[in-house]
Amino acid sequence: MGEHISFVVNGTPRQLDVEPRRLLVQALREDLDLTGTHVGCDTSQCGACTVHVDGIAVKSCTMLAVQADGSEVRTIEGMADGDSLHPIQAAFWEKHGLQCGFCTPGMIMTAADLLARNADPSDDEIRHALEGNFCRCTGYQNIVAAVREAARVVRSGGAPVAAQG
Amino acid sequence: MAVDVLGSSVKRTEDPRFITGKGRYLDDIKLQNMAHMAILRSPYAHANIKSIDASAARAMPGVITVITGADIPYNPLPMAWPAGGSSGIQNNVNTPRALATDSVKWTGEGVAAVIAESPEQAVDALDAIVVAWEPLPAVVDAEKATQPGAPQLHENAPNNVVFVWNVGDKAGADAAIESAEVVVKQRIVNQRLIPNPMEVRGDIGLYNPGTEEYTVWMSSQTPHIQRLLLTAFVTGIPEHKVRCISPDVGGAFGTKIFCYADMALVMFASKAIGGRAVKWVESRRESYGSTIHGRDHITYLEIAGTRDGQVTALRVKTYANLGGRLSTIGPGIPTTLYARVLSGPYKFPNVSCEVTGVYTNTTFVDAYRGAGRPEATYVVERAMDLFAAEIGMDPAEVRRRNFIPPDQFPYDNPSGLGTAAGGAKIYIDSGNYEPAMDKALATVGYQDMAARKAEARQRGKYLGVGLSTYIEVCGVAPSKWIGAVGEGWGAAMWESANIKVHLTGKIIATVGTQPQGQGHETTYAQVIAHELGVPMEDVIVQHSDTQGTPFGYGSYGSRTSSVGMTAAIKAAGKIREKARRYAAHMLEANVEDIEVDGANYSVKGSPDKVKTIQEIAFAIDLGFSLPADMEPYLDETAYHDTPNCTWPFGTHIAVVEVDEESGKVDLVRYVAVDDVGKKINPMIVDGQLHGGIAQGVGQALWEGAIYGDDGQLQSGSMLDYALPRAAWFPNLELDETVTPSPVNPLGVKGVGEAGAIASTAAVANAVIDALRPFGIRHLDMPYTAQTVWRAMQGSKGGQA
Repeated sequence: MGEHISFVVNGTPRQLDVEPRRLLVQALREDLDLTGTHVGCDTSQCGACTVHVDGIAVKSCTMLAVQADGSEVRTIEGMADGDSLHPIQAAFWEKHGLQCGFCTPGMIMTAADLLARNADPSDDEIRHALEGNFCRCTGYQNIVAAVREAARVVRSGGAPVAAQG
Repeated sequence: MAVDVLGSSVKRTEDPRFITGKGRYLDDIKLQNMAHMAILRSPYAHANIKSIDASAARAMPGVITVITGADIPYNPLPMAWPAGGSSGIQNNVNTPRALATDSVKWTGEGVAAVIAESPEQAVDALDAIVVAWEPLPAVVDAEKATQPGAPQLHENAPNNVVFVWNVGDKAGADAAIESAEVVVKQRIVNQRLIPNPMEVRGDIGLYNPGTEEYTVWMSSQTPHIQRLLLTAFVTGIPEHKVRCISPDVGGAFGTKIFCYADMALVMFASKAIGGRAVKWVESRRESYGSTIHGRDHITYLEIAGTRDGQVTALRVKTYANLGGRLSTIGPGIPTTLYARVLSGPYKFPNVSCEVTGVYTNTTFVDAYRGAGRPEATYVVERAMDLFAAEIGMDPAEVRRRNFIPPDQFPYDNPSGLGTAAGGAKIYIDSGNYEPAMDKALATVGYQDMAARKAEARQRGKYLGVGLSTYIEVCGVAPSKWIGAVGEGWGAAMWESANIKVHLTGKIIATVGTQPQGQGHETTYAQVIAHELGVPMEDVIVQHSDTQGTPFGYGSYGSRTSSVGMTAAIKAAGKIREKARRYAAHMLEANVEDIEVDGANYSVKGSPDKVKTIQEIAFAIDLGFSLPADMEPYLDETAYHDTPNCTWPFGTHIAVVEVDEESGKVDLVRYVAVDDVGKKINPMIVDGQLHGGIAQGVGQALWEGAIYGDDGQLQSGSMLDYALPRAAWFPNLELDETVTPSPVNPLGVKGVGEAGAIASTAAVANAVIDALRPFGIRHLDMPYTAQTVWRAMQGSKGGQA
C-alpha cells in the first residue's frame, strides 16, 4: 500500500508503507504505536503533536509521513534514558507543569527545542517559545516555571532523575 | 510512623506516565479487530431531513455499514435537571437522539454514521451520503428567539422558550427599586465560550454477543452516571449488562459530564456489526458542534441603593441560550447554579431574578468551568462597579459596606438557597470576606493606583484596576437539597469509597469520582496515608471503571475533595476500627485499651505490646484466627452525603493597560487571594487556580464563539477561536486566607472552579476602569483591540 519510507525513530531504524496522505502524527501513533504524541486539533494550532524531526521541533500534524523519509524523528517516548528522566521531564514533574497531561508531550518537545537554542531563556522568551502549544489546565504558569527549572538544571549539569520517585 | 503527607506539596504520582508519553487516553486504546466510526453532521443550522440515501456510501472501500436515525430504536437522550425541579415549572424538553431523524437544530447535529475498517475510510464515505435537506430559517440570539416572528424550533416550545423561572422576592425588589435613591440599569452579555479541553471526546463500544454485555470506553467525568443514563433512559439495555470505563481524561472542565449521542451510537454500532469494537473520536472542528458550549447569557440588571453605598436591591432578567436541543443538565445551570448565588458575598436585602431558558439554532449549552457561578459573579460584580461609579464611591469601599459580616453566618441568602424543601435549609455556612479583600488590596498597592494611572498616561496607556469579590457554591451537594422540590437534579449527590488493606499491607482504594487532571491519584492517597499512618506509596487509587469501583456521581462542581474524600476518610475510619478490634484479639487485650498511633495499634500502658496495621492486615486477611463475631479481611466501603455545600470566597484584582493607539488590552498584574479552606496539596491547589484564572481572563479579553445569523459557527476551529497562549499572561500572584469548611473533616472547600468564577469580572472591571476617561461605563466582552478601539473612537465622536 502506498509509499515506502524508512526513517529513524527514537534511535531505531523503522520502515513503513504508508498512504501518501498519511500524516506523520498518524504514522507515529497508528503504525508505530507511539501514542505519547497526541492530536489535539486539526488546524496545526495546539502543538500537542510536537516531535523533533532532525533535531527541530515540528508539529507532526503539519507534515506528511512521506516527508519524514530519511529523517531522524524523536518523540516523547525517546526523551528519557531508560528509567532516567530527561531534565525537562523531571522539571515538569517537580514544578507541577502538567495537570491532565494531554498537552505535556508537545510542551516538553517544544521546550527541548528552545533549550537547545537558548540555554538560559527569560520568562518572556519561554512564554514566546510556547506560543504554539495550548494548555487549558495550567494557565501556563507552572509550565514556564518547569522550563526555567529545566534550563537551570541543564546549565548546572544536573543529574537525570529516576522515573520512579 | 510514616511522614504525614496531608497538606504538603508532594509530587503527583500520576505524572511519570504523563511526562513519558505513557498516559492512556481514549484514542490511545486499540482493540483487536476494531472498526471506526465517523458521523455525518448537519451543514445547516435548521433544516428538515426529507430523505437520506446511503447506498453509495455503503459501496465505498472499507465501509462495513451505514447507520441512520431510523435504524436506532433508542429513546432520545435524557434531560436530568429541569428548571425548578419538580416544583411544577413548565420545562419544554427536547433532547437529541443518537442520530437526528426528522430535523436538525444546529450545524453539527449528527444525522448518519459510517462504520468502516479505518477512520479515513469512514470519513471518506461521509461524502457519499446524500441527504435531501429542506433548509429553514435560523435564529441564534436567545433574546431575539423569544420575539414574535422568530423562527420556531420545536412545536412544544412556543417562542422557543424552554422555561421561565423566577427566584427571590420580586415584590420586595420591585418596591426597593421604586423607592431607591439610586438605580443603575445595564444590559450585559456573557458571551458563549467553547470549552476546548485539549483532549477531544471519544468513545469505544464493544458488544459481547456471548454474554450480551456491552463495554463502553468514554472520555467522561461520570462513567457511573453514563451507565445509568444509557441503560435506564436511552437504550433500555439492563444496567448490569453495561460497563463504562473512562481511561485517562485529557481535560474536561464540565464538557465530559454529559450523556452524548455518540455514546449510544458506538453501543448500537458494535452490536450491529456483530460485536466488533467500534471507535469514534471527534475531530476538533467536529467537537465545536458536538460537545457542549458554555455561558451565553443576555442579562438586564438593575441595582439600587443609597448614596452612601448601601445596596438595597438587585433585580435581574436573564435570557439563557441553551442551544438547539437540551444537554443533560442544561436548564439547571442558569437556574440553581446561577440565580441562587446571584448576590455573591453581599448582604442585599432584596434580590429577584427571572431566567428564561431559550432554544436557538446553536450547539447545546451546559455546565462549563464554574457553570452558572461565573455568570452570576460577572453580573453582581459588574453591578457593584456600575453602582460605585454612579454614586462616585470607590468600588472597594462599596463592596466593604455590603459584605455579609462574619458574625452573620450561617447566612440565608435572599435568592433562595435556604428554601430547599422538607425543612432542609441550605445556608452559606461560613466566610470572612474583608480580610481577603484587604490582603489583595495591599498586595496590588491599591492606594497607589492613581499615581500609576498617571504614569501610564505618560506612556500612551490607560491603566485600569478591577476587583472581583466572589463566593462560590461548590462541593455539590447535599442530596436533600439537590433533590428537593425547586432544585431537582434527578439524582442524589453522595460519594463513595472502598478501601482494602491486602495481605502484604498494600492498600487499594477504589472511588466513585473521576479525575480529569486534578491529580486525584495523589490527593486521595495523601488523605488515606494520613488516616491509616502508612507510606503514601503503599496506597493506590483506582477509579473510572464501573466494574470494580463503587457507584459515584463523578467529578465536577469542585466536589471530589469535600464529598469524595470524606467518603474515603469514613472508609479509612471503618478500617481503623476493625483493625483495632483485631489488634485487641491479637494482643489479648480489651478493644477499649487499644490505642492507635498512625500505623501502630498498641495496648494502653504497654507500648511494647504493639501490632502494625500491616501485621494486622496479614493476620485478619488470612483469617486463621478470628473472633466469633468478626469477618476476615480489612475491606470497608463508605458513602458520604454532605450536610452542606462548601463556600469558597476571595478577592481577585486585575490591573490592565489599554493602548491608546490600538485599543489593545494587556493584563499587567493579577492578584488573587482565595479562601478555599484547608489544602490537601497546596501545589495542586495553586495549579488549579492558575488554570481557572487563565480561563476567566480568556473570556474577558479574547474568547468568544461567534455565530452568523444563518447559524454557521464562524469561530469554527482553533484557528478562529482565540484560545489563550502562554505569552499573553503575566505571572499570576496568589495568596490565601484559610477559613476551614465546617462541613467535612478535612476542612476543604474545593478549588477546581474558583479561578474561573472570579477572574472574568476582575478583568472586565479593570478594562472598564481604564476606559473611564472616555466616559465608557460598560462594554461587552471580549475586549479585543478592535472592540476597545471602536469604543474609544466612538466616545470621542470619531468614526468606528
